[in-house]
Amino acid sequence: MSNLKTTPLHAAHCASGARMIDFAGWEMPLHYGSQLDEHHSVRRAAGMFDVSHMLAIDLRGGGARDFLRYLLANDVAKLVTPGGALYSCMLNESGGVLDDLIVYFLGEDRFRLVVNAGTAERDLAWIDAWRAQIAGTLEIRARRDLAIIAVQGPAARERFWRARAILRGATEPLASFRAVEIDTVLVARTGYTGEDGFEVMLPAAAALDLWHGLIAAGVAPAGLGARDTLRLEAGMNLYGQDMDEDATPMECGLAWTVDLASGRDFVGRRALSARPARRQLGVVLLDRGVMRSHQAVRTAAGEGTITSGGFAPTLNRSIGLARVPAAVNEGAIVAIDVRGKWLHARTASPPFVRKGKVLIAV
Amino acid sequence: MTTPDHLKYTETHEWVKRETDGTVSVGISSYAQEMLGDIVFVENPAVGRKVVKGEECGVIESVKAAADLYAPVSGEIVAANDELRDAPEKLNHDPYAAWMFRIKPSDPGELDGLLDAAAYRNVVEKDKK
Repeated sequence: MSNLKTTPLHAAHCASGARMIDFAGWEMPLHYGSQLDEHHSVRRAAGMFDVSHMLAIDLRGGGARDFLRYLLANDVAKLVTPGGALYSCMLNESGGVLDDLIVYFLGEDRFRLVVNAGTAERDLAWIDAWRAQIAGTLEIRARRDLAIIAVQGPAARERFWRARAILRGATEPLASFRAVEIDTVLVARTGYTGEDGFEVMLPAAAALDLWHGLIAAGVAPAGLGARDTLRLEAGMNLYGQDMDEDATPMECGLAWTVDLASGRDFVGRRALSARPARRQLGVVLLDRGVMRSHQAVRTAAGEGTITSGGFAPTLNRSIGLARVPAAVNEGAIVAIDVRGKWLHARTASPPFVRKGKVLIAV
Repeated sequence: MTTPDHLKYTETHEWVKRETDGTVSVGISSYAQEMLGDIVFVENPAVGRKVVKGEECGVIESVKAAADLYAPVSGEIVAANDELRDAPEKLNHDPYAAWMFRIKPSDPGELDGLLDAAAYRNVVEKDKK
């Protein structure tokens, strides 16, 4: 796997005996022994993920806010005070999802986007092309010098403070989707697991020390496998599976992230006026087996597809996200083609699990 | 990863043990369970089913992927380990104790065609590359 990119924590993963895999061109830990144990650590106490393969992109200059109001489907005008964070899609002109990201308002004329690893280069090119057209003086900087560690779970914040007591004062007041810069470190109360916790962006050279400090504080390293089952239980989309360029946010369960109320124009907006033919629903498998992405869904209103499927450790059964005809309702019984057998599933409105609690009937 | 010498193996990572009653027990190798990761669901063949060597006869699903199970020899399925239905993790924790099903071979000569432990270790080494 020598052609793969590695994060500043790569050696630590290998030393811990992690099973490493190719994820979007990066050699990343899938698990450190048991994906299930790592999943439960995050739901019940605290786990951490190296997500340094994701890219932080800093935008600086007058007009940064107006530029992002045009580039993103959610409205950056909602970020009124520095430290605010917002989840948004970035769309192409046909309304298809180019990427999903979090945008942080750092200070006057300063914003940071955190984008997916697999789409980072395309995003940079896209953002730069729009900058050249409409915001020539804006400075755009890919922050490959940063590492990102996500510390997640009901005990995540306490254990983070145990490892970094000096950061407690600045980070304890943070509400959900708020962030604070402390010198070269950005700590945000965000995540991708459905649990409380922080995402910490820091200089690459400081990452290993924090990682070891968190282990000493009782935070369990967790791999991309647990990250996937946790986000699926939390009903969160994965780019490239649950959303892509061929679907609008309205068809991916992300209408709540699209701001049409402000009346502003943004890339992709005109394509969103059509009534969507498809919608996203969660599915809970009623029979024994495990649903996987790309499996066919048969409903009374027509065919659909499982966009993400897997085993939900908290529920001890298989769940998934599906793209189905818009007429399918929550609670409908549908059939899933699981390896040639049509198994029964019930549609449900995600999330399935949040903050350790099961939110659907099983 | 262990590969006990007293067992036979297949290229599809099943282990096979000759029982004293003339049947053979079948499970998956330690290497197979390692590659699959945490196993969460097992579907065994029905008792009474007749299978042909190499035929798909069950499914193992892990958190990561699904894997087919193949009959190492031809014969009749005479038992299935129902304990795995509620405790599939036994395949991870003790793969050589967690037998999955038993076959009464219709052609005991097929057993001689299975891999011994040394040959199976070579299969695994190749698979790792």
